[in-house]
Amino acid sequence: MLKFLPLFFANLGRKPVRTTLTLGSIVVAFLLFGLLKTMEGALALGADLAGVDRLATMHRMSLIQQFPLSYLNRIRAVDGVVAATSFNWFGGIYQNERNQVSAMTTEPATFFDVYPEYLLPPEQRADWISDRASMIVGRATAERFGWKVGDTIPLRSSFYRKSDGSDTWDVRIAGIYDAANGDSSSVYLHYDYLNESLSRNGGRDFIGFVIFRIENPDEAAQVSARVDALFANSPAETKTSTERAFIQGFANQMGDIATIVTAVASAVFFTMLLVTANTMAQSVRERTNETAVLKTLGFTRHTIAGLVLTESFLITALGGAIGLGLAALAARRVGDMLAQFFPVIGVPAGAYVTGVVLIAILSLLAGLLPSLEASRLKITDALRKV
Amino acid sequence: MLGNWLAQIGAVTALNLRNLRERSSSTLVALVGVTGVVTVVVGVLSINEGFRAVLQEAGADDVAIVLRGGATDEMTSGFGLDQTRVIADAAEIARDADGLLASAELYVIVEVPLKSAGTVANVPLRGVNAAAAPKLRQNFEITEGRMFTPGTFEIIVGRGAASQFSGLEVGETLRSGTTSWLVVGHYRDRGSIAESEIWTDATVLQGAYNRGTSYQSVRARLTSPEAFQAFKDALTTDPRLNVRVFTERQYYEEQSRTLTLIVGTVGVVIAVLMGLGAVFAAVNTMYSAVSARAREIATLRALGFGAFPVVVSVLVEAALIGAAGGLLGMAIAYFAFNGFQASTMNWSSFSQITFAFTVTPELAAQGLVYALALGLLGGSFPSIRAARQPIVRGLREL
Repeated sequence: MLKFLPLFFANLGRKPVRTTLTLGSIVVAFLLFGLLKTMEGALALGADLAGVDRLATMHRMSLIQQFPLSYLNRIRAVDGVVAATSFNWFGGIYQNERNQVSAMTTEPATFFDVYPEYLLPPEQRADWISDRASMIVGRATAERFGWKVGDTIPLRSSFYRKSDGSDTWDVRIAGIYDAANGDSSSVYLHYDYLNESLSRNGGRDFIGFVIFRIENPDEAAQVSARVDALFANSPAETKTSTERAFIQGFANQMGDIATIVTAVASAVFFTMLLVTANTMAQSVRERTNETAVLKTLGFTRHTIAGLVLTESFLITALGGAIGLGLAALAARRVGDMLAQFFPVIGVPAGAYVTGVVLIAILSLLAGLLPSLEASRLKITDALRKV
Repeated sequence: MLGNWLAQIGAVTALNLRNLRERSSSTLVALVGVTGVVTVVVGVLSINEGFRAVLQEAGADDVAIVLRGGATDEMTSGFGLDQTRVIADAAEIARDADGLLASAELYVIVEVPLKSAGTVANVPLRGVNAAAAPKLRQNFEITEGRMFTPGTFEIIVGRGAASQFSGLEVGETLRSGTTSWLVVGHYRDRGSIAESEIWTDATVLQGAYNRGTSYQSVRARLTSPEAFQAFKDALTTDPRLNVRVFTERQYYEEQSRTLTLIVGTVGVVIAVLMGLGAVFAAVNTMYSAVSARAREIATLRALGFGAFPVVVSVLVEAALIGAAGGLLGMAIAYFAFNGFQASTMNWSSFSQITFAFTVTPELAAQGLVYALALGLLGGSFPSIRAARQPIVRGLREL
């Protein structure tokens, strides 16, 4: 095949405008595809990256209900539990209501036992654990507000009130983290710092949910049942599931939007397929004479069909590669824009695999008819037409 | 001069359109390209129109919503009983034969399975004052069953919620934790956000969710829209209170901002990128149309037709393709999407909102204008090439 390379380039260079335009529409198609996949990935909220050995316990009724702090230690004592930490939704507001920060309180001493994928320098980590009036901040959020390590930030809670009626906590930034699970926008405070300033009726000694690691992922169902049995028939019954199911629960709530994204991607692809297929057909038809000459020279029908298909593949692969490359670049920008709403990981790896499959399918479908047409061509018919 | 030009344009354009059929396959592709763009773009943007219909137009100017200071939504707001009484004392609140038109409300979520996915979703459960709350919505109407009886574990379900979530038919029971709620009715309210909710008696809900005597918001009908400023000033200057006061319209505009921003951004990105793709297709089509007719055009020019009529004829053909694609796309979008019921998460209230895709006339018109622009853009370069082609070379070309 390699010896035909000059022939391909000659064919592609024959009508440079058309080749460019066809390439352009393929690039656009794959760029859109990459972006929509990125968005779909973001809407999945990183459920795929949830730890398989982590479980989540929440109030039986709904996530907005809280249960007593004492549950945390009781969960730790359950057979098979390795480490557990608690979370409360703090709901941060910085300066004004437009600047929403996804802020949670946790127990820093056990946080890293449960979430080893949150990475920050050891001294920052130690600093956060030892100072209860400090927090760690995701890189995207730190960049969004220009926060530096050591800054003290007045963070308002949209949810909690101190016993003196104020709603603002001054928190020092102990560190800026990077997390492998795509979370780069959250902020983590000390639960104790929040708890000590709450009144008895203002949510004191109550926690939102507990995430814990278990010894053996295969025993997830048994451990869940053991935890829930512990609190059965109490005023605050619990519901325990894998962390993945817990996150998936949120993602599913996006519901129809995810379906729509997929539908749009398919519509775009169908349109682009038609455009490419038509251009292929056109350029093959224009070369009827040349094809006849090639056949006269002794090229078999299989070689001719192969040539047309390869040409179709070349242009689709080139366009697809450029499109996906652009998507990867653009996804970073989009990621920064959406970081305040979703964890964005960039173009998901699966999208590249699907992209390659799509390139193969697209080039085959676009090249099939023209290649059949060219291979079936009768030399005498073709050469008679001038 | 002008008359002559017009006659020439007419003649050349008619010639072009008459042999359109011979170039049907590539014309069809350009047409499908434009149709696809308009369908998808109108479809995506109709989601935003749906949100707007549910959230923004639902808001009245003479209904006020009072939240705790610093709260951005009902979920994070909170009041004690004493504060709700202070608020309800305001002189600007209207009354009718049954009493004050104010409802202190509680807003929690309850998990109900989605019909489509079978997985649970957060559905808003609102505790209301049974007498006042229906009058605080614009067209509240029980469509099936009856209103809940205050003091009992009975609920009524909005039409939108009933269509999206399972187990909410009249007579069914919704279990949440240790509580069982009996569905006794369905209601509607002009397709507003209230239809995404489930309602029950506020005092019963306080008990079920261990909320003591606290509430989360106060909703009140004012004597007139003009009374709002006085109402707001009275509450925000009251030393006993720390509140934010919105008209219902302002509140829902605030609530829908994140959602409409996301969907709007996605819509525009898709529109621009797909539009680019469609322009490529249109340019391709028109280029091949022009090169297929190189000889005709050269002949016309030799006969004395000017360059301008040739340019216009190509543009007209491209615009027609755009217009046809636009109309087709509009029709497909309308029949495929308009009225389609869907639901998604409204992050600002952490609960589900049900909405219907809404293809408005303005949206359809926008789609058509966009399609025309795509067509003209696609025709512009090829038309210039057609006019610039040297006559001699065109005639020689076989």
